[in-house]
Amino acid sequence: MAEVQIKNYTLNFGPQHPAAHGVLRMVMELDGEVVERIDPHIGLLHRGTEKLIEHKTYMQAMPYFDRLDYVAAMSQEHAFVLAAEKLLGCEVPERGQYIRVLFSEISRVLNHIMNVCAQAMDVGATTPMLWGFVERETLMEFYERASGARMHAAYFRVGGVHQDITEKLMDDIRVFIEQFPAILDDIEALLTENRIFKQRNVDIGVVTEEEAMAWGFSGVMLRSTGLAWDLRKAQPYDVYSRMDFDIPVGLNGDCFDRYLMRMEEMRQSLKIMTQCLDQMKPGPVLSTDPKIAPPRRSEMKTSMEALINHFKHYTEGVKVPAGETYTAVEAPKGEFGVYLVSDGSNKPYRCKIRAPGFAHLQGMDFLTKGHMLADASAILGSLDIVFGEVDR
Amino acid sequence: MSEALKELGELIAAELSDEVVSTKVAFSELTVNVRAESVDKVLEFLRNDANCKFEILCDVCGVDYPTRAKRFDVVYNLLSLRHNQRIIVKAETDARTPVPSVVGLFPAANWFEREAWDMYGIMFSGHPDLRRMLTDYGFEGHPLRKDFPLTGYVELRYSEDEKRVVYEPVNLTQEFRKFDFESPWEGTEYVLPGDEKAEGQG
Repeated sequence: MAEVQIKNYTLNFGPQHPAAHGVLRMVMELDGEVVERIDPHIGLLHRGTEKLIEHKTYMQAMPYFDRLDYVAAMSQEHAFVLAAEKLLGCEVPERGQYIRVLFSEISRVLNHIMNVCAQAMDVGATTPMLWGFVERETLMEFYERASGARMHAAYFRVGGVHQDITEKLMDDIRVFIEQFPAILDDIEALLTENRIFKQRNVDIGVVTEEEAMAWGFSGVMLRSTGLAWDLRKAQPYDVYSRMDFDIPVGLNGDCFDRYLMRMEEMRQSLKIMTQCLDQMKPGPVLSTDPKIAPPRRSEMKTSMEALINHFKHYTEGVKVPAGETYTAVEAPKGEFGVYLVSDGSNKPYRCKIRAPGFAHLQGMDFLTKGHMLADASAILGSLDIVFGEVDR
Repeated sequence: MSEALKELGELIAAELSDEVVSTKVAFSELTVNVRAESVDKVLEFLRNDANCKFEILCDVCGVDYPTRAKRFDVVYNLLSLRHNQRIIVKAETDARTPVPSVVGLFPAANWFEREAWDMYGIMFSGHPDLRRMLTDYGFEGHPLRKDFPLTGYVELRYSEDEKRVVYEPVNLTQEFRKFDFESPWEGTEYVLPGDEKAEGQG
């Protein structure tokens, strides 16, 4: 047979593709079925969050963070309130800190269920998605009972959280903690030793330690290379320093390791949640400093000063002393940072959002090079991309 | 923590006396102001020096101060896993002077610098592919500049006549309202509505 010259083929992946986890357009250069180069075009979900925040008071700006990574909303809020608290130099009541850690961990479980199941779906397994979403619904119910909203909670406040949680909710979270490991076992039974799942994920999208550091990876992506780096341990915030938990690390840095780590992280999150519930004592959940947090609703019924104070908070807002800070939290996807610049007014002068997915998606080109086209969606699945935070 | 950061700041300032303008420790974070033309040199030192080892570039972003002669700050956030420390490196530039790109040192800078170019129009010399990042294909202007209006200049809609999406100048059905809740008791810089004639009477 005569030799045929094959030209490289350019393929447009997305912007509407079920495996793209949102609105991602990737221009792929293919040699046969092997990916030569990937150029992700992002920004299709760009809403100008950073610009909008510059025009809002600190309290009004906070709900935008739910809308970044909408899969694990409260982790983002955590980063912003910590940054603002650092500039204000305010203390958060202990119970408020525990509730924030508790809900950050609920967010982590929410996120990892979504990611593990979506990753399985990307390589052809539909059942985990169906099982996982039942659990996600339970967790979002906890969100709702604490904040009033299933997804866009707007629950954290500068100085604590908005409302206290009830005893009943705490009991129900305990019930969930007891029952959830069985579901994880079920999902693992379907995936971990599954031949097809392993063929699609083992040795796919391998990251080395040097690459992960050079490309600014964080979270599971960084730990999958064997580096035990977790901001909850290394630079603990709120009450994480009192929590006893382990950090799973990977050995090979491939998609399969990342799946296993996320499963283990969920179990560790349950451990942290239990500790929060055990250690939590009754008390205020929001700073009692009237300069930082608005008064409680019950006070406003009888006190004129509280009413005025409330009005001032919801119109003028809090004036934050001039300064700048880069504050990062260990969000489920990696290091979520907020670079906050204040000029002493009631609005942030600049609020740069450092989304972990942005750095991870950038690595898509080198991760996919030399892999088959079908692997691209498996790699994308294991990167844990949500476009709300990548595009901002 | 702050003591160690202060020492590190002094060490960096001593090693790079020509490049570093000033160092500051605030909120237990070390900020180093450097000359824009030597950003790459400073970051290379910070990455390789045994006392620094800032090997992860977390973030690059711009900040706009329109009243300054050099209106932009380019802010680099670095992280050292070895020493568990963070550092903020800042450089001043204007819309015309390019900053040396650090893509060669940190591949992660690629998209971050593209974003800074897109949002602020900060130029990076030596960047392999300085395209727009987040805005639409064919977008004009740099939306995060302080003089760019929140509502933008154009809006788009699907035109039934042309059977495609068209751009039109932005048309606000209601005038854009900028609420000002700064307390008037603490003295405002503007004249309150209705108070225009009162000028000079009080």
